[in-house]
Amino acid sequence: MTKTFHKSALSIAVAFSATAIFSSAQAMEPLNVVSWGGAYTMSQEEAYSKPWTEKTGQRIINIDRSATGLAGLRAQVEAGNVTWDLVDMLPADAKIACAEGLIEVLNHDELLSPAPDGTPASEDFIPGALDECFVATIVYSNIVGFNTEMFPEDNQPSTIADVFDLENFPGMRSLQRRPINNLEWALIADGVAHDDVYDLLATEEGVERALAKLDTIKDHVIWWSEGAQPPQLLADKEVAFASAYNGRIFDAQVNENQPFGIIWDAQVFELDGWVVPKGKLDVAKDFLRFSTDTERNAAQASYISYGPARMSAAEIVGNHIPTGIDMTPHMPTYEPNFATALPKDDDFWADYQDELNERFDAWLAR
Amino acid sequence: MSDSMHGSHANPSNAGDNGVKAPLVAADGRPLKVSLRRALFKNKLRAILLVAPLMLFLLVAFILPIFSMLTRSVESNEVRTILPTTALAIQAWEGDGLPDEQVFAALAYDLQEGQRNRNLGRVASRLNYEFSGMRSTITGTARRISNIDSPDSWKETLMEAHRNWGNPDVWTVIKRESRGYTLSYYLAALDMRFDTDGSIVRQPESRRVYVDLMIKTLWMSILITFLCFLLGYPVAFLLASLPMRTSSLLMMLVLLPFWTSLLVRTTTWIAILQSQGILNNMLVALGIIDDQARLRMIYNEIGTIVAMTHILLPFMILPLYSVMKSISPSYMRAARSMGATGFTAFRRVYFPQTVPGIGAGAILVFILAIGYYITPALVGGESGRFITNFIAYHMQVSLNWGLAAAIASILLGLVITLYLIYNKLVGSDSLKLG
Amino acid sequence: MAVPAYATPFERAWYYIFRILCGLIFCFLVGPLFVIIPLSFNAEPYFSFTQKMLTLDPEGFSLRWYQDFFTSEAWLHSIKNSIIIAIASTILATILGTIAALGLSSRFMPYRSVVMAVLISPMIVPVIISGAGMFFFFSDIGLAQTYLGVILAHTALGIPFVVITVTATLTGFDQSLIRAAASMGANPTTTFFKVILPLVLPGVISGALFAFATSFDEVVVVLFISGPAQSTMPIQMWSGIRESISPTILAVATILVLLSVAMLMTVELLRRRSERIRGISPS
Repeated sequence: MTKTFHKSALSIAVAFSATAIFSSAQAMEPLNVVSWGGAYTMSQEEAYSKPWTEKTGQRIINIDRSATGLAGLRAQVEAGNVTWDLVDMLPADAKIACAEGLIEVLNHDELLSPAPDGTPASEDFIPGALDECFVATIVYSNIVGFNTEMFPEDNQPSTIADVFDLENFPGMRSLQRRPINNLEWALIADGVAHDDVYDLLATEEGVERALAKLDTIKDHVIWWSEGAQPPQLLADKEVAFASAYNGRIFDAQVNENQPFGIIWDAQVFELDGWVVPKGKLDVAKDFLRFSTDTERNAAQASYISYGPARMSAAEIVGNHIPTGIDMTPHMPTYEPNFATALPKDDDFWADYQDELNERFDAWLAR
Repeated sequence: MSDSMHGSHANPSNAGDNGVKAPLVAADGRPLKVSLRRALFKNKLRAILLVAPLMLFLLVAFILPIFSMLTRSVESNEVRTILPTTALAIQAWEGDGLPDEQVFAALAYDLQEGQRNRNLGRVASRLNYEFSGMRSTITGTARRISNIDSPDSWKETLMEAHRNWGNPDVWTVIKRESRGYTLSYYLAALDMRFDTDGSIVRQPESRRVYVDLMIKTLWMSILITFLCFLLGYPVAFLLASLPMRTSSLLMMLVLLPFWTSLLVRTTTWIAILQSQGILNNMLVALGIIDDQARLRMIYNEIGTIVAMTHILLPFMILPLYSVMKSISPSYMRAARSMGATGFTAFRRVYFPQTVPGIGAGAILVFILAIGYYITPALVGGESGRFITNFIAYHMQVSLNWGLAAAIASILLGLVITLYLIYNKLVGSDSLKLG
Repeated sequence: MAVPAYATPFERAWYYIFRILCGLIFCFLVGPLFVIIPLSFNAEPYFSFTQKMLTLDPEGFSLRWYQDFFTSEAWLHSIKNSIIIAIASTILATILGTIAALGLSSRFMPYRSVVMAVLISPMIVPVIISGAGMFFFFSDIGLAQTYLGVILAHTALGIPFVVITVTATLTGFDQSLIRAAASMGANPTTTFFKVILPLVLPGVISGALFAFATSFDEVVVVLFISGPAQSTMPIQMWSGIRESISPTILAVATILVLLSVAMLMTVELLRRRSERIRGISPS
């Protein structure tokens, strides 16, 4: 009896250790992480991937496909062959993916590590940062950058209205080829109060008014579609102004010494973070936990000027590691920068983007 | 496999020797007619069998995929599969006022079911194409009613959860899209839509996109074709009139771009045409333009037209050359000897003979041009955009796959029509590649 | 095309103007390809000639972009993928295409022009449409994001080139050679290897080179149906050009231009050989 017991215990132990070896071998499979490319992926690499690989030996493969992330996810789930393990996504896309069952529902307090003082994750992230299937890692901002060399020193642009002022601020502009942000900015530049922007955009007159304002600069706009384009266009002096993600302009400012300035007026800020494709929770959860802990979350802000999504991390943000400059004034959440900020209304865009994309395309073609 | 081209072994002379009356007989004693027919059939079968594997392969790897995509342009399964009870219940509704309680209850059931199965996203996206606001109407309502169990009236509960459920137009859309197939993608691709009463109307001017873009694509393709003709004709003429040795050397210059990667050719045009590029720098250095007034030659129509003319030029030169090569120089000499001036001889005698080559080259270039994607996407900016860019956009960004399929099938129809014309005029077997 | 003796002065002038014009068009055709070669040796991360380059100062030139290319894991991986996919799809396309071309050039082939039209259609249908179709269909049958899927897709795109070149070679093919071989006692297999193959081989090889070049340069289909593992060199270039054209892309472009020169030379030599062989064959 005891002998049999010993025997079976032994075999169970062997089986267990075999599974352990097997699963640790499996953990050595590289992890496919989808993100936005450019300076942003670099910051993730420095803050998350490199320490992770050092700690576990697991390699991280960066895939720059977040711009078409939703399409990619849909295709992979439909094909039943999901190759992405973790995807960096905007909350609006994450909502759609979640409703379509393309990504995993996350139990935040179980999956994410608490703050160093023990505050559970669900209370440590800023409001709205944790959605059913989504964990925000950063707060970023859509701003308009400009090349300071293209304007006289005593006449540098500072407000969003300046972008629409061809007389005092001549030159080409580059804006993202989509209605989001552009319509908001057009209305604000046209004198609409921040609080009324989205209510107005839900009406026919509001859209007409925004497009009419954009009409005034339309002939001077080059439309971009990839996040890395605006700094390039500014550096080449193809354009004087370019709307961009604030971190990209920051990266060019400090890492490449480009003479760029940022118009913080009417910055449209939103979140960005991780989602886990269907069936990948087991493979991705360790890295997800690691990359969202307070230390890593704060570390990322030392490489790119995006605000951490954890309150405990915001407190310990240090200097920019490559150059040693103080990150504070470069953050979208820095008080003077934040004064006239507009939060992007995801619910509005979820409902109106199909229609407004069409309107916007028609307007572009006119 | 080799004797597929043999012809038959029958030898008619055997049978013919013995006089007129005996029927012609093949070597094996069968009547010649039968033997010939059999040989013919055998040869035919052999030829078909040789082609069959490739046909089969193309059917699976090429034709079926395209066909399956085209079916998506009329497919509309979302309401039927994700809101099945509603789709069934709403059939009884005649379209006056709001549907009755039973339909509301069916919808509530479907939404609760869908919320549990996490599959409402697709139907929400689908209906949002037809009616802005449906995405949040569906997902929001589903969230709000997920814990409600048999209330007094689902009608009131739902209308309370979202005001859109009190709008009969919403129900019209749901009923229309519950049939399993839809015309709305094609209508959208043609800048039309269903009115609330079900009739087909044009989109308001502020939402018309595709027809104008299609026309613009056609115009730009015509312009590119014409430019290819303008540049290709003299080159082909020169190549055809030079001695073989020189012309085959020069021919290499035509074929080199043809062999070079499309991306490389597009890249070089960016390097040349951009505002800090080679051409602008040269013009500034020569003092022709001011440093502040650099020309905009890329990320607009000019970029697309220049780069695509460069890329498609060999497709014009090759057919022109092969036609010109076959024109005997003695025609021109004869015309000159009869007193025609060089120009008249060219216009009246030479040029007409090259028209088939122009036709072949022009249709080929045009077909390839309207379907181009890479080059307009990279150097076209906004104004140099082709209809193909919208197919890619709806495939990858907006994820409106039905609309992408509808635009694609219209473009495909156009290309196939042109291809048939080309086939009729020149025959696809006369395509030559260098 | 020398100036004929009876040419008027105006015609003489036109003759030279015409030549200059053609020269310019040739420059338009080939010039751009060679402009980028010196640029790829730029020591600065710019896209234009620097002062140092123009004065031929050796400091203005460097191999850093080539070094970038040959030490980048992503580029090397994509090159490996491109080569694997191109070779596999070339082999498939060449075998299927050559066999079909033999059937097509038989005068007994029924509905010849219709069949030909279908076989050539992958070249005519806009790639974005083929790509979109394959995206849906290959996803349904589990071929999306696999090497096999990309290879099959590229095979389909390469087939028209093989069919066209091989049938072109067979059109000039003297059928009596086969009868001659048969009458001298060769069996069909011997005839194929000893008579047909040597004659059509140049066509087969140029067709294969075309198929290879097509696959090696294809972006759209790969963009639609590949996963991260199958990323090819054109994909790598495509995303590079869309974002920011670093001179690394120019280094790659230069390598590809040299490759295309090599392929063109090969095809040209084959064509001449084929003409020579056929020139001595009885007609």
